[in-house]
Amino acid sequence: MSTGPAPAGAGRASADFEVVVGLEVHCELSTATKLFCGCPNRFGSEPNTQVCPVCLGLPGALPVLNRRAVELAVRVGRALHCEIRPSTFHRKNYFYPDMPKDFQISQYDEPIDVDGYLELPSGRRIGIERAHIEEDTGKTTHLGGGGRIHGADRSLVDYNRAGVPLVEIVSRPDMRSADEARAYVAELRAILVASGASDGRMEEGSLRVDANVSVRRTGSDAFGTRCEVKNLNSLRSLGRAIEHEQARQVALLEAGERVVQETRHWNEDEGRTSSMRSKEEANDYRYFPEPDLVPLAPDGAFVAAATAGLGLMPAERRARLATTVHGPDAAVAASTLDQITTVVDLGLDDLVVEVVERGADARLALARAANEAAQSPEDARRLDPGAFCRLLELEAGGSLSSTQAKSVLAEMLAAGGEPDAIARRLGYEALGSEALESAIDAVVAAHPDAWARYAAGEDKVAQLLTGQVMKATKGRANGKAVAAALAARRG
Amino acid sequence: MSWSGGPHGAPEPGAVGLAARVRAGEVRAADVAEETLERVGRRDGELHCFNVVTADAMRSAAAAVDRLVASGADPGPLAGVPVAVKDNLCTRGVPTTCSSKMLEHWVPPYDATVVTRLVAAGALVVGKTNLDEFAMGSSTENSAFGPTRNPWDTSRVPGGSSGGSAAAVAADLAPLALGSDTGGSIRQPAALCGVVGIKPTYGLVSRYGLVAFASSLDQVGPFAATVADAALVLEVIAGHDEMDSTSLDRPVEGLLDATGSGAGGLRVGVVADFLADASADCASAVRAAAEVLAGAGAAVEEVALPELLHGLSAYYLIAPAEASSNLARYDGVRYGLRVDGDDVEQMNARTRAAGFGPEVRRRIMLGTYVLSAGYYDAYYAQAQRVRTLVARTFARAYERFDVLLAPTTPSVAFPLGAKTADPLEMYLADLFTIPSNLAGHPAMSVPFALDPQGLPVGVQVLAPALGEVAMLRAAGVLEAGAAPGARGPVASRSEAGR
Ligand SMILES: [Zn+2]
Repeated sequence: MSTGPAPAGAGRASADFEVVVGLEVHCELSTATKLFCGCPNRFGSEPNTQVCPVCLGLPGALPVLNRRAVELAVRVGRALHCEIRPSTFHRKNYFYPDMPKDFQISQYDEPIDVDGYLELPSGRRIGIERAHIEEDTGKTTHLGGGGRIHGADRSLVDYNRAGVPLVEIVSRPDMRSADEARAYVAELRAILVASGASDGRMEEGSLRVDANVSVRRTGSDAFGTRCEVKNLNSLRSLGRAIEHEQARQVALLEAGERVVQETRHWNEDEGRTSSMRSKEEANDYRYFPEPDLVPLAPDGAFVAAATAGLGLMPAERRARLATTVHGPDAAVAASTLDQITTVVDLGLDDLVVEVVERGADARLALARAANEAAQSPEDARRLDPGAFCRLLELEAGGSLSSTQAKSVLAEMLAAGGEPDAIARRLGYEALGSEALESAIDAVVAAHPDAWARYAAGEDKVAQLLTGQVMKATKGRANGKAVAAALAARRG
Repeated sequence: MSWSGGPHGAPEPGAVGLAARVRAGEVRAADVAEETLERVGRRDGELHCFNVVTADAMRSAAAAVDRLVASGADPGPLAGVPVAVKDNLCTRGVPTTCSSKMLEHWVPPYDATVVTRLVAAGALVVGKTNLDEFAMGSSTENSAFGPTRNPWDTSRVPGGSSGGSAAAVAADLAPLALGSDTGGSIRQPAALCGVVGIKPTYGLVSRYGLVAFASSLDQVGPFAATVADAALVLEVIAGHDEMDSTSLDRPVEGLLDATGSGAGGLRVGVVADFLADASADCASAVRAAAEVLAGAGAAVEEVALPELLHGLSAYYLIAPAEASSNLARYDGVRYGLRVDGDDVEQMNARTRAAGFGPEVRRRIMLGTYVLSAGYYDAYYAQAQRVRTLVARTFARAYERFDVLLAPTTPSVAFPLGAKTADPLEMYLADLFTIPSNLAGHPAMSVPFALDPQGLPVGVQVLAPALGEVAMLRAAGVLEAGAAPGARGPVASRSEAGR
């Protein structure tokens, strides 16, 4: 097994080089049935129980395309700003035991979705070259021989996954860092979930990522020789593998060697990639049009029906929220951008937009959603917008202190209910103005010197006086209201 | 020449007549089954039409038909009619071998759609018939289980690849049979065995359960002693099947009626280019057939369509290309033969070397080469262009004609072993049948004449896509005008006895 020169600390690549990353993401479509037969598309069943003549590739069986899979592929294409095109299926021929027909039905030179983009939270757009429909393979377990097919004592194949519909989404080589690649996959995952195409479960293999990584001298327009890295099962693996591969390739180039174009396997435990050097490398897939299927030509009506009900995608949600909070075309501070991204990621943006439309303070709404509500997002998504709006109103109007508002919100998240009632129950009932004035009378009487300095214009004394009023009212007074009352009394 | 005959010496009524008598309660399906099994038992040792005879299933199917008749229910249009099924059509619980060692012991868990439809129509499946391995061949000599012999002369081949089905009908081991036709595998053996064989429009009959050879060319169709019987079977098996994406969603009507409605006004083109490449006997049969059609009121004219002859070379690129992919699944992993090896690649290779015969291996290698990077455009893509050329040539012809008339084969049945040494010589047997597969058009062979040795000569009627009605009108007229004794040994004897 060749691993190349060991890089001295992954990620610390020379500043003279930049990394270029393109990603191929396989996404299992969440259809009820498989791509070409009626078997359930279900994860985790007993091996070889979700199979039939078609997905086992029995002699004489024929594929019949699952309409829902096409609809979902169309939704994905639309969500990625792709052109939806007439497409054909091809056979990709190669021998592998987990592929029942020893060919995979896939889309080759005429994919259904072409030429789109995905917008990262940073605002960077990553080009989407294509997204196409294909069938998944079965799953092989190799016993002995280190878990790889060569040298294994026995291999067991489960065909439950064979024929599960996939879209493979191929990005352009537009990413320039491991972080950006991770952000891309996170964003893509959110889009796939938002479009209803996928459950987005990377750990169950619903999303599988291969990374094409190359490096080049900073400022160069030409691409370096790329390696395709496989076995990336998490965002963490993806980032680590890219950083490792970047360092490995830079080390090679700096040593005067060259990068060999090949497929490399990421070993999570060892933290490095190694050449797969398998016979697959030399495969000639002998693509030709799949004669058992007719060309696919989704017309306008089909596309319209398929994309009906396709809601806002994350980038659109972020833009909408930014506009809601700042108005159109305003520059958004980085910290606010983080809050916006969090709120959209957690699916709380509808709530924020709604309460702002009802008149709530936009920045306050965003802050409470991004900070407090975000602690229990599932509960937050169930929040009654009217109640949340009222809470924000109480806080903004000074009836509740921010500490109190946060406590009431925590209660609302945990058990629901109306903020006024919760505040009363917690004893946060705002002081009536008479009670407040009499508390201030008492404090002024008790601290005549401080009052005199304040009255003479020494503003910083207000803090001390306010603190005394809060103490006297056991925290029931609202800080802002106290300050306002003091100022009014000073005249 | 060897003959077969019913044990009671009664004239065979044909499938249409037999079904009518079973439905009327005049004949018991159980008796039909016993007579059929008796004939098969007597003759098939010599002919080897069948890889397996499903006697028990046939008897219980017959009993079921008789029960339906007794209860007054409709047992279907093929009630009690025996049918032989080519052994590349899946039959639930019955081995489906494709006459290959690879699938010698494979038992499908499902029925092909055509089998389901036949059984639902009351037909009695006799068994599975011999073929060239995976339907690759023109003589049935490529069967891993030994050749089928031609009932007209057992030293000769029955044609192929559906030789077992053609011979079974010719020997009256079953009045009906199913075959599959990828480049002529129904029409060529039909011609060589003196029976009727139809290759329907691509997509008219479901391919679900037909073990694929070349998916874009394969089509299931009937063999029968008469044109009407073949039309009846086609009516039963045709029609949309949601399990086959290439299945056409068109109603199929009037096929049986067409066989008796004459050729008046039909515009018939005689393919001149084929006559030049056919033997004198085959060519003169076509000329005589043209006269019969003209005499029946058809407008007959010769037409030059030389481009059709390019079809053969295109076919021998496209069909192997698809076959190389379709047959990849026989890898020893899931079903069929497995020869173990040290690793999976060695197991695959050993299994395939042991399981496939030489012709199948030849075509897989050819097809793999044709699709390889660097050769695809020169071979596969070029062959597809020729395929388009063939379709355009037909389209031009069908602006002027309703049907075309041509020889089915270049020659009559040849002796066993005559062409096995030279694959290219064997491939030429399909020269006149291939163009219809490339275009997806229907075509059929009708027994029409006898050569000086007494061997049957078929003529071929070709029609545009979904032109089955016009095709069957012409075929019905040709059948009526055929030389005495030209069709099926049994029929010829009964006619001679009239
Ligand atoms: Zn299935």
